[in-house]
Amino acid sequence: MSVATPATPSAPAAGQPVLATERLVHVYPGGTRAVDGVALAIAAGERVAIVGQNGSGKTTLVRHFNGLLRPTDGRVLVGGEDAVGRRVADLARTVGLAFQDPDRQIFAGKVRAEVAFGPRNLGLSGNELDEAVGAALAATGLDGEADTNPYDLGYSRRKLLALASILAMGTPVVILDEPTTGQDARGVARVQRIVADLAAAGRTVVAISHDMRFVAEAFERVVVMRDGRIVLDGSPTEAFAEAAWPTLASTFLEAPLAARIGAHLGLGSTPTDEALLAGLDSAAAASAAADT
Amino acid sequence: MLQLSGVSYRYAGYSNEVLHDIDLRLDDGEIIGLVGPNEAGKSTLCLVASGLAPASIGGSLRGSLTLDGVPAAGLATHKLAERVVIGFQNPNTQRSGIAATVFEEIALGPMNLGLPVAETVERTRAAIARLRLDDLIRRDPQRLSGGQAQLVGIASLLAMQPRHVILDEPTAQLDPAGTRLVGEALRALATTGTSLLIAEHKTDLLDGLCSRIIAIDGGRIVLDGPTATVFDDPRLAALGVEPPARARLARALGDRGLEGSIVEDALAGAAS
Repeated sequence: MSVATPATPSAPAAGQPVLATERLVHVYPGGTRAVDGVALAIAAGERVAIVGQNGSGKTTLVRHFNGLLRPTDGRVLVGGEDAVGRRVADLARTVGLAFQDPDRQIFAGKVRAEVAFGPRNLGLSGNELDEAVGAALAATGLDGEADTNPYDLGYSRRKLLALASILAMGTPVVILDEPTTGQDARGVARVQRIVADLAAAGRTVVAISHDMRFVAEAFERVVVMRDGRIVLDGSPTEAFAEAAWPTLASTFLEAPLAARIGAHLGLGSTPTDEALLAGLDSAAAASAAADT
Repeated sequence: MLQLSGVSYRYAGYSNEVLHDIDLRLDDGEIIGLVGPNEAGKSTLCLVASGLAPASIGGSLRGSLTLDGVPAAGLATHKLAERVVIGFQNPNTQRSGIAATVFEEIALGPMNLGLPVAETVERTRAAIARLRLDDLIRRDPQRLSGGQAQLVGIASLLAMQPRHVILDEPTAQLDPAGTRLVGEALRALATTGTSLLIAEHKTDLLDGLCSRIIAIDGGRIVLDGPTATVFDDPRLAALGVEPPARARLARALGDRGLEGSIVEDALAGAAS
């Protein structure tokens, strides 16, 4: 029997991907081939959105990164090391994963205790623990609810609570499974800010989402999955460009409206409102210059 | 017709009311969208409009809910379910927990209405076809993805062919294709005379589906009108409700002296 020793999260060497899969295959009991040969490398500090239809293998893929699922075939590398053979508790020091359904994650009687559970298990205590919990509650706007029972919160705030529990663990990699579900405009903006702050702190963020506007605005890389495979991988500008629309349509996705308007007006790929308006302004400036 | 008149409600064990003076009339075949920021009272209003609050979950209600002229207050739960059904926000709350397969789960509703077996099976098959769930019918309802569970929950409601349907974020877990599919199914249901109240953050979905939008904040109705009017109202964004992309971008283009019709043209171009 081994004694648990607090280890520092394995820091990958510069240039080495923090998460990677090689020819990853996952077949569920019953024969469903949910992931079918995925090769993916995510660099430390990247913000990556994974999109695709329900059932395209997104959740199955990311659950390999914290050891909840083991590959049927192929390899999963976390921090440059093979994830197979490492315990879930060990991988949890590197990868925090917030579930799609917060009620499958939440168990404590008070919001503060819920958020403290993860970092305490990673060895935090005293002031360090209080600070990690306080920062996570502030980031999710739950600082006034520390003593509330999680089930007295509405669904959208339980979802933010599940996110806070992961943030408090301070893992180098944060994986969010549909973080904006049930959030109003302010909630989506809050999640967007959290993603930006994580990236600014050098942490890697991987999110699964169906919200193409959120994807285009908050992430620098979009991975599109269909039937367990990656069919498109590029920046939002590339992934939502007109040339990519047939691939998106093949898995029933549509580029954000801003991208469709930009293409219609001949402004090139404008995946966000901001890019569209910037494109319009520079087109107007160009035509004003041509008039003089 | 489903009607809420002067409704205020507080949950059991709480001293404050969370809904105040709600007047809402849902005509047969009408689809009304319900929007508002998180914690505005949308889910509570759904519980009250479906009769579950206070009948099943307690609390105290002032004012009245009537269903086709019949006061809900006097109706037994099974009688209530013949007139109005609710789809919960979390599909795992919806699931019966007693069905072994998706087919049985969807058939439970019509079975509990006491329908003959042949009609139960027919309605179940129609709901399965409508939401393209054929590949899932033998699966265990407890082992579905969030999106699949949500579609099964909606199929269960369709199979009951209810007079009135209250839906609390019916597409929250769905991908864009699933969202469109549910939109089409709900529109088809309304053409049979069923009335629907749909609480949703996805205003793009409501934009194409609803004739009327009600916005609530702090438990009160603050905007109520035809869909285009409410979605073009600048007060909506101030409430923390994201207007549909179409309205948002038409305004942004308008600010730059461009025609809002460009948005419609771009949408038409994308569809062709």
